[in-house]
Amino acid sequence: MEKRVTFKGIWLPLLLVLPQIVITAVFFFYPAGQAIWQSLFIPDPFGLSMRFVGLGNFEYLLGNPYYRASFVTTAVFSTLVTVVSMGVALYLAVLADRLIKGSGVYRTLLIWPYAVAPAVAGVLWLFMFNTRVGVVTWYLGLLGYDWNHVLNGDEAMGLVVVASSWGRISYNFLFFLAGLQAIPKSVIEAAAIDGARFWTRFRTIVFPLLSPTTFFLLVVNIVYAFFETFGVIHTITAGGPQQATTILVYKVYSDGFVGQDLGSSAAQSVILLFIVGLLTIVQFKFIERRVHY
Amino acid sequence: MATVSLSGIKKSFGKTDVIHGIDMDIKEGELIVIVGPSGCGKSTLLRMVAGLETITSGEVSIDGNRVNDLEPMNRDIAMVFQNYALYPHMSVFDNMAYGLKIAGRPKGEIADRVGAAAKLLQLEPYLKRRPRELSGGQRQRVAMGRAIVRRPAVFLFDEPLSNLDAKLRVQMRLEIKQLQRRLGVTSLYVTHDQVEAMTLADRMIVMNGGVAEQIGAPLEVYANPASEFVAGFIGSPPTNFMQAELAGVPPASAVTLGVRPEHLAITTDTHKVRGAVLYTEALGAETLVHVKLADGTLVTVRQNATEKLPQEGEDVALTWGKADEMHFDASGKRI
Repeated sequence: MEKRVTFKGIWLPLLLVLPQIVITAVFFFYPAGQAIWQSLFIPDPFGLSMRFVGLGNFEYLLGNPYYRASFVTTAVFSTLVTVVSMGVALYLAVLADRLIKGSGVYRTLLIWPYAVAPAVAGVLWLFMFNTRVGVVTWYLGLLGYDWNHVLNGDEAMGLVVVASSWGRISYNFLFFLAGLQAIPKSVIEAAAIDGARFWTRFRTIVFPLLSPTTFFLLVVNIVYAFFETFGVIHTITAGGPQQATTILVYKVYSDGFVGQDLGSSAAQSVILLFIVGLLTIVQFKFIERRVHY
Repeated sequence: MATVSLSGIKKSFGKTDVIHGIDMDIKEGELIVIVGPSGCGKSTLLRMVAGLETITSGEVSIDGNRVNDLEPMNRDIAMVFQNYALYPHMSVFDNMAYGLKIAGRPKGEIADRVGAAAKLLQLEPYLKRRPRELSGGQRQRVAMGRAIVRRPAVFLFDEPLSNLDAKLRVQMRLEIKQLQRRLGVTSLYVTHDQVEAMTLADRMIVMNGGVAEQIGAPLEVYANPASEFVAGFIGSPPTNFMQAELAGVPPASAVTLGVRPEHLAITTDTHKVRGAVLYTEALGAETLVHVKLADGTLVTVRQNATEKLPQEGEDVALTWGKADEMHFDASGKRI
């Protein structure tokens, strides 16, 4: 039988969880409720009054080609960020795992980018790729390539993807390396004796055994790409050119705080909330089932 | 089936030498047990045969072919690991079939060979299960099954029973022995347990500090230990070591006298070696009497339960046969 510590009354346990409940209520439920409430109104041009429009904001958004384009942009952006940051991290982790000497130095150096704030990372990459003074732009120019992410939407997307993935690689690397080192060495040796070469071992043994780590990182990275890349996009492209890098979160900001359409912005937040909830449910329902062994 | 020969095998990790040169020829179908205390290099030796450790110098040959530079997969060996090293995300069937699948064998053949191994090891009801759904003994069997289906020339066992409980260990020990006899595959078996070594081995290598102290058949090693270490390591309770002068006429260079517990007897004869009984352990069929000699040496007497049991604290005299004396010199070598 399971032994549990139980409380006699209800008041002490309530008191103990109260701080957590208060924090969640103040910083999550209240603003989320406000967003849902505001999404049902349109403010007048001077912000003095609000008019109730029901689901009008949602209706307008879903029919708006710019908003629908932002969906596609978000899908492309988050897929690329997730694939790039996890792929590179896994590659580096596999290399680091094989290292015997100097692995400590290698690891420490790889972790550093994670300590750089996204907005700062954005500025770093912006300087390197600046169309007039950027080092990389200059070298690309020597090679005959005219880099201009201010005009070229694809280049802008590439740049924000790289800048967003860069710091993230460190984080993913740490988890992948820990995951790799948790695989018993004898299992790998058994596979080697069974005749599996490095790549076969990776495909049939290592990668399946890493799947809980991979799944965790998948969820965390998608959420990151959806929400936490704001700083990078804001500093590098500010959503441009021509909304080529305006992901949903950025649109919430630019419509609400730049365009002053708080009703539409609130409606977008609600849609975002809904999407992320849905994504998480799908991931846990369908993918997690396959990663446990 | 194959012969294995080790000649002048040495291993160093950086500047530390861990194995100082092992020579041995293993005949076809022989079961060789490598036994020694932890850190003596026995697992390293096995891993060098497997190809999981590089060989610093010397030569390993399987069936006359030098295999030093071959990958593990090309040495025609199979290994059973201490922690079983099963693939946790695969079923028992897939675990056993893994090597054959990689070798690109046809499906029908894989099913036949895995089926045969499963039948031999009584694993048939568990083929669809994952390793975590099996007991320790069953996992052990799957690990052996994985080795068997590949039909290797040599089996390597790295302390395969040390994760099992005492009762299961005795049972699996017997099963391994029978299986090895039946398949007739040349085997190397590493253990730190001298009972396992005694019961399983056709011949055994007693290792200590990276050196093979003695190589021989278990009973021969037991009856004729080549060194003080072997005399103390093989046999339980271990050989009693006393000052050489306690023997009637010790050889000139003898420093230590060894007598096995079963060769010591308590006697009424008063002029023999004397000591006080510290405590006694009655094990049922036999009794161990621990005696502290006048010079402080502790010795153990193994006597039948039918013999008279001395009281704790009682002053007793000990005797032994001249033929049962073993003399060792200052370096521990048998004289």
